[in-house]
Amino acid sequence: MTMPTYVGMPSFPDAARRAVADPRLRANLARATTTIRGRRADAVAELEDWPALREAGRQIKDHVLENLGHYLRLLEEKVAGAGGTVHWARDAAEANRIVADLVKATGESEVVKVKSMATQEIGLNEFLAGEGITAHETDLAELIVQLGDDRPSHILVPAIHRNRSDIRDIFLRAMDDAPEGLTDSPAALAEAARRHLRAKFLSAKVAVSGVNFAVADTGTLVVLESEGNGRMCLTLPETLISVMGVEKIVPTWRDLEVFLQLLPRSSTAERMNPYTSAWTGVHPGDGPRDFHLVLLDNGRTATLADEVGRQALRCIRCSACLNVCPVYQRAGGHAYGSPYPGPIGAILSPQIRGIGSDVDASLPYASSLCGACFDACPVAIDIPEVLVHLRARAVEKGPRHPLERVAMAAAGWTLRSPTRLALAQRGASASRRLVGRGGRIRRLPGPLSAWTETRDAPVPPPESFRAWWARTNGGEGE
Amino acid sequence: MRVALFLTCVNDTLYPGTGRAVVRLLRRLGHDVEFPSGQTCCGQMHLNTGYRRQALPLVKGFAETFGPYDAIVTPSASCGAMVRDWHPRLAPRAAGVASRVYELTEFLVDVLGVTDVGASFPHRVTYHPTCHSLRMLRVGDRPLRLLREVRGIDLVELPDAAECCGFGGTFALKNPEVSAAMCADKVTAVRETRAGALCAADNSCLMHIGGALTRTRAGVRTVHLAEILASTEEDPL
Repeated sequence: MTMPTYVGMPSFPDAARRAVADPRLRANLARATTTIRGRRADAVAELEDWPALREAGRQIKDHVLENLGHYLRLLEEKVAGAGGTVHWARDAAEANRIVADLVKATGESEVVKVKSMATQEIGLNEFLAGEGITAHETDLAELIVQLGDDRPSHILVPAIHRNRSDIRDIFLRAMDDAPEGLTDSPAALAEAARRHLRAKFLSAKVAVSGVNFAVADTGTLVVLESEGNGRMCLTLPETLISVMGVEKIVPTWRDLEVFLQLLPRSSTAERMNPYTSAWTGVHPGDGPRDFHLVLLDNGRTATLADEVGRQALRCIRCSACLNVCPVYQRAGGHAYGSPYPGPIGAILSPQIRGIGSDVDASLPYASSLCGACFDACPVAIDIPEVLVHLRARAVEKGPRHPLERVAMAAAGWTLRSPTRLALAQRGASASRRLVGRGGRIRRLPGPLSAWTETRDAPVPPPESFRAWWARTNGGEGE
Repeated sequence: MRVALFLTCVNDTLYPGTGRAVVRLLRRLGHDVEFPSGQTCCGQMHLNTGYRRQALPLVKGFAETFGPYDAIVTPSASCGAMVRDWHPRLAPRAAGVASRVYELTEFLVDVLGVTDVGASFPHRVTYHPTCHSLRMLRVGDRPLRLLREVRGIDLVELPDAAECCGFGGTFALKNPEVSAAMCADKVTAVRETRAGALCAADNSCLMHIGGALTRTRAGVRTVHLAEILASTEEDPL
């Protein structure tokens, strides 16, 4: 249960510190997220029944999660019945092995890829490279990330941290057929990518995709995208291998209808995404001759066992929570040390990977609990609730913070008794002459110095409220 | 109706003026208010930092202390949300007491049915709707409806008001750079309003923004909403 490309990532605060210090990154992110945030709000406001759709989305997902075994068996039966082959992968290693062996069996050494979070999660491209297979990302932003030898920083807009002059530089450096004199105009950049990718589409024999939704009832797989590259990958090659997290199922096409409204409006702020591809098994003379579906667990059933944490599995990867998150906007996606950045990443990564590493133990704390993510989530994942839940787990099982533990125990002991609290308050009031100048404290010791680095702290008052209340008999003596 | 003031540990210790303002305001409106001396803390800091076990005795202590009261009023949206939203999840028996907790503006508008509380505050003021007031308690425009009735007030809108200030309790210590970056943007927005005072329904957020306002010598003071509502022509703040 690892994401191989993300081993040894620094903890969130360390990575975020570097991002905050990069003014260009912050400006790119602020501009991009603010724009899409406004558009999403408009797209959602158009629908009077949005709250009902959101509730339906939540219920359908919960129903599937509660009956996951049943729906997975049904899906397997229907996919196999339509001529596809279903593979089961317990973890990233198994999934990678399955895909690599399937590619090798075709005799090919190159594959084209549709943008996919699941294959990012398992580090498929890196694994295939080790097996002598080159994977070509065909989504424009994923291509930019791949050519830049970079990591994605956003679920939907993986190169959100790049601006167009960065992109031109990457293309000129790493794209073998980039036109000379390439400018940084969006049209020129898109045209260069289109020509580059067209050659790949026309020669590719094998494609690898993810899956947005799998309709159990009919064994149909569905991919939503904007550029048409997905449609190319899903229809041109002879062999199609799709990797899908086990939670991606919807029971029927009627259920799919709910998500085809929720997802585009939440992610790209569109009423409908430009390309929705759906396929059921194989059909002679039409599309791939060979279709393989890899069902990926990789920590998902462990997540499902957690009554509070399991709601994270409702996620449809829309990235609305990223775009409204003030922490994501400043820290950027790379700080989350996983292909899943932002609020959803902060609750998903520590669950599917476990809370053992520095970055995973720090992710539940990568939030001010402002609640904007919960409001934006189209399937009503109560992200703050899960964050708080995972923080308790981090304290139980994560790295030790001895000083924090002592401070929390001392505060708990003091606050359990009004007498002890009153005593502490008298101590604070007595110290006010020592600590403050001009009504504020400019420097605090130890870990509290993180506060006074940029903010003054208040000086304790001459007496607490409870002391005043006791002295004046509830203010009657005033 | 027996009304209790749940002041919160932060206000009790650092902002007693806010507590005195609530008492004065409610008495002026004809309602006596008691301060149950057994109260300490709602347990939010412990819960939100992951120390759930330390929070539990505080949750139970809250229910015992405030059990006898018909209404429990608090000048902290954040602690009010902790009690109303979280206490029942942590201790199901606390649900009854928790449901009788009102954030101050909810109590004034919904229970007492007033928006004009007879206040006077002739200053230019901007209002920051704190995250927990907005997205946990859902107080909506109640604070603004109360502020609009204040005599002499020049109420100006805060740009990007609903954005978090970056406090988040121990978040400010665990992720100080991100927190400070959020706060810096909030301070910029506050300065743009040219208000002399920033008000909110939570002193913890005001402590955060206020700490950056004084550090940057912005010349804007922070005032809890209760203190504005308690202020009158005869007895100004």
